[in-house]
Amino acid sequence: MNHILVAENVSKQFGEHTALSNISLEIPKNCIYGLLGPNGAGKTTLIRIINQITHPDTGSVYFNGKPLGPEHIATIGYLPEERGLYKSMKVGEQALYLAQLKGLSKTEAKKRLKYWFDRLEIGDWWNKKIQELSKGMAQKIQFIVTVLHEPELLIFDEPFSGFDPINANRIKDEILSLKEKGTSIIFSTHRMESVEELCEYITLLHKSEKILDGKLSDIKKAYKNNIFNVGLKLPKEKNGTLASLEERYRITDQEYNKTENQLNFTLQLPDDRTTQALDLLKEKGNLNHFKEVIPSVNDIFIQTVNAKINE
Amino acid sequence: MSKLKLIIKREYLAKVRNKSFVVMTFLSPVLMVGMIVLIAYLAKLNDSENRVITVLNQSDYFSNAFNATETISYIEFKELNLETARDSALAMGSYGLLYVPKAKNLEATTKGVVLYTKESPVSYVLNTLETIFQNRLRQSRLTKFGVSSKQFADIDEDFEMVTATFEGEQNVKGINEIKAGIGGAFGYLIMMFIIIYGGFVMRSVIEEKTTRIIEVIISSVKPFQLMLGKIIGTSLAGITQFAIWIFSASLLLLVAMFLMDIDLAALSAGPGIANNAMGGVAHLQAGMDNDMQMYASEILKIPWLLLIVSFVLYFVLGYLIYSSIYAAIGAAVDNETDTQQFIFPIILPLMLAIYVGFFSVFSNPHGPIAVGFSLFPLTSPIVMLMRLPGGIGEGGVPFWQFLVSILLLIVTFLAIVWLAAKIYRVGILMYGKKPTYRELFKWLKY
Repeated sequence: MNHILVAENVSKQFGEHTALSNISLEIPKNCIYGLLGPNGAGKTTLIRIINQITHPDTGSVYFNGKPLGPEHIATIGYLPEERGLYKSMKVGEQALYLAQLKGLSKTEAKKRLKYWFDRLEIGDWWNKKIQELSKGMAQKIQFIVTVLHEPELLIFDEPFSGFDPINANRIKDEILSLKEKGTSIIFSTHRMESVEELCEYITLLHKSEKILDGKLSDIKKAYKNNIFNVGLKLPKEKNGTLASLEERYRITDQEYNKTENQLNFTLQLPDDRTTQALDLLKEKGNLNHFKEVIPSVNDIFIQTVNAKINE
Repeated sequence: MSKLKLIIKREYLAKVRNKSFVVMTFLSPVLMVGMIVLIAYLAKLNDSENRVITVLNQSDYFSNAFNATETISYIEFKELNLETARDSALAMGSYGLLYVPKAKNLEATTKGVVLYTKESPVSYVLNTLETIFQNRLRQSRLTKFGVSSKQFADIDEDFEMVTATFEGEQNVKGINEIKAGIGGAFGYLIMMFIIIYGGFVMRSVIEEKTTRIIEVIISSVKPFQLMLGKIIGTSLAGITQFAIWIFSASLLLLVAMFLMDIDLAALSAGPGIANNAMGGVAHLQAGMDNDMQMYASEILKIPWLLLIVSFVLYFVLGYLIYSSIYAAIGAAVDNETDTQQFIFPIILPLMLAIYVGFFSVFSNPHGPIAVGFSLFPLTSPIVMLMRLPGGIGEGGVPFWQFLVSILLLIVTFLAIVWLAAKIYRVGILMYGKKPTYRELFKWLKY
């Protein structure tokens, strides 16, 4: 029971088009789980299956160990990528309506809405119509509506689109604090830097198939190639230094600053033992930095997807 | 269930609070009454035009024949020749000059009669004048055969066929048309309601698609619930509108009548008076009153309760069928301009029902065409309602036909809602392309 959601061999076909083929996932409780993939990879279909908007052709999904069913709708909160609100309805009324559809009573919904409206400093919007608000403002209301019924599982599909950097940060903090309170979160996005910041686990989908999944730190470990960034301050002219290093290692991205006598480059080691290389570098000059290059999620994403395409 | 209630409430309020709904609701009765008043006024204006005919009568046969009526008055020219009479008739602006020459006998006189007008004369002037000469001629010819003028009056008396049912009950002519007309009004109401409110359902679905709120909502409720709630909520708004219309229209009509000083009693007695003036025979007046009573009793004999109950029944079933198709269309497209190709096929059966109703049911409410269309589920709500004022059972719609049409409607309703819900479920999440019929068919299998 350590998983909020388990999908087993889920497949979905739309006519000739395969949206998901044989996807299995395990989403641990109380973590932020990144669902990544290029456009058309099947992310939205998978999310819709979790939300019971569509149903898988084969395979099964378990929520808290039990087969996913209508009783779980109230325990899931979903912020879709394509989202909107009724244009001519008042903000408060609309939020109340959507909260009640999720099973909250009117009084409870009102109380919580007041809390959230105050928290995000939008209390005076209650009687405004959506068409009077900007896109970012409407997004805030959508965020509130998504989390209002305090779901066990939250699904955010591109939650930061439409927000300015300040409000995006604000929402990011809210997501993190929700996680602190014990909520499990599925996070789907193209913005890899936010994945880096937020996600503990990721799954990478490509053309309806899962091509990578696991703990983000493990994946990163698996993807690093013993590459190091090196900075050397040379005592005098560099002549020969680089050449003598290149005899033993593969060197790329070298750049030399003449006035400072500073040489920067990337070093590829044959394995993860660094002692020998460090000793050698120390002889050459004053070593002012030596840092392992950890691949970014972006790199991993591109690398894996390209490898798949070239297959 | 409570979610369905929530959806119905929202759809209802969204519709009713809409500015155009409020404006339409309160403006339409005013427009309607205004139109009726305008038409009545224009008709009156048209009728009250008095045409002046100048008569140059040189014969003795027609000395007292031209008596002014409500719409034609006569001015006699004396001692003028035809040329001068024509010129002066034109100069004084009279509608026409009727020339009756002097001849040796009546037959010869009538042969020489000419009506001069600026343009070809309107039919009622021509008819009135022709009748005068025809009657005079007929009378004189009959006198030649030895028929006295008293006898002639007796012969000339109107005859009207009395019709009766085999049970000996007296029938009223034209009652079939009246009954079909009442049913037709109900059927027409259903068609208008389906087209207007089906369109509302469709636009509401399109709105949810274009604002992209749909995915938020269907992660909380089933698409079918949403579709059903939408249809019910919108139709409740429509019923509210109809209720307000009927109430305020009748109120306005009463006020208008009061203001224009039209007495209801006089209105109902009106035809009797007119007949009196025309017939001029006392017992005919009595007969007319009798007819009025018979019409009234026949109209009262129309099974109103049955009619209203079945109106509601056919209305609900017909509306549900059509509005689910409308909802499916709304789900299938991205914007309203793409709906045209799908809307035409569903308006077609509605139009067909109305035309078949007016052309076939009016003349023969129980003929094969009327029966066929009143059983076919896409037209039955309209056509059956046109037949129902005749009642169910003997002399009216056979009970089995009524039952079969209702059963067919229910079966069709279930099938259509099931199919529409499938298209709806897939369609609301499809963006970007205008689907073809083939694609819609494919969606049914998802």
